[in-house]
Amino acid sequence: MIIYGTALLAVCHLLGIFLGDLLGTLLGAKTNVGGVGIAMILLICARLYMHKRGMMPQTTEMGVAFWGAMYIPVVVAMAAQQNVVSALRGGPVALLAAFASVLACAGCIALINRSERPLPESESDADKHPAPKHA
Amino acid sequence: MIELLEKTAKHNGLVTAFALVGLVMLVSMWMSRRLTFGRVHGSAIAILIGLGLAYWGGIQTGGKQGLADVSLFAGIGLMGGAMLRDFAIVATAFEVQVVEARKAGLVGAAALLLGTLLPFVVGASVAWAFGYRDAVSLTTIGAGAVTYIVGPVTGAAIGASSEIMALSIATGLVKAIMVMVGTPMAARFLRLKTPRSAMVFGGLAGTVSGVSAGLAATDRRLVPYGALVATFHTGLGCLLGPSLLYFATRSLVA
Repeated sequence: MIIYGTALLAVCHLLGIFLGDLLGTLLGAKTNVGGVGIAMILLICARLYMHKRGMMPQTTEMGVAFWGAMYIPVVVAMAAQQNVVSALRGGPVALLAAFASVLACAGCIALINRSERPLPESESDADKHPAPKHA
Repeated sequence: MIELLEKTAKHNGLVTAFALVGLVMLVSMWMSRRLTFGRVHGSAIAILIGLGLAYWGGIQTGGKQGLADVSLFAGIGLMGGAMLRDFAIVATAFEVQVVEARKAGLVGAAALLLGTLLPFVVGASVAWAFGYRDAVSLTTIGAGAVTYIVGPVTGAAIGASSEIMALSIATGLVKAIMVMVGTPMAARFLRLKTPRSAMVFGGLAGTVSGVSAGLAATDRRLVPYGALVATFHTGLGCLLGPSLLYFATRSLVA
């Protein structure tokens, strides 16, 4: 049944958030530490375990897959409730601090990812600095 | 007639949100195909429209939750809230290739640490350049540059003024929006192609919202890898911000 998949997802979600809160309290961080990440790892483990035992029929998988597919619409809804007005009113300090840190991180990401084994089509990337078009 | 329609929408908030977001997706997919010939991903346009609607909602109501503050669209708050967002993110883990994720474990962790330190240093330096000299303000603004949750959590812990907190939240929000909008454009420069690169990105770019939206608009298959790392970002920031980073800043300033 399709609800089995959704229920499995829900159990992993709740357990992960709980463990994340627990970890946060233990570390004195006053917040959830990696709850969603723990939930994801739990779900991956559950899938591997159940697949091996043939406990994961197609319909059960669909109960999870639906929510995975709903991801982008949910993100659009999330974007629609950001406090954009106050972000834009933050003035030059907020804008500059954010812009500078995004640039620094982008440079770092590009550097680290360039160290990855060469990609088959990397010869077309001789244009080293099509500077990050963040604006 | 109109009132009756309004009542229906208000009483079925979440369902209204589904319909509205579906409409936004439809429009943005059409714009992506017709206006940009598929060069700009439909999801990226949808997220931009979402941000635009949030701006409109904020101007209309003066609230903090964008479109969700308009009572007719309150369901957006539930659909895009932390609960369903995290639920959907966890569901994407179903598609994770375990071998790929494990291969990048260490580099993901390194990116995570770097992704906390680097924005903090840059954010605090900018604050310094604008004349802030006390350790509390510098730390709070620097933490805001990590994510918009780390900022206020740190500020509250070390006793920053509400004005500085607002500034720090604004910094984090601007960063999240820049990541959302900029990632698809910079994807080639960032070499965002493989699960490993997505995990590096998730660690360094931070903010689950920015990373997940940015990756969604770039390549849907990379979302779980980026989110898996990014989800530890806020936790790590909240852990280091009021402790190690604050002490380090204090010793540098004093």
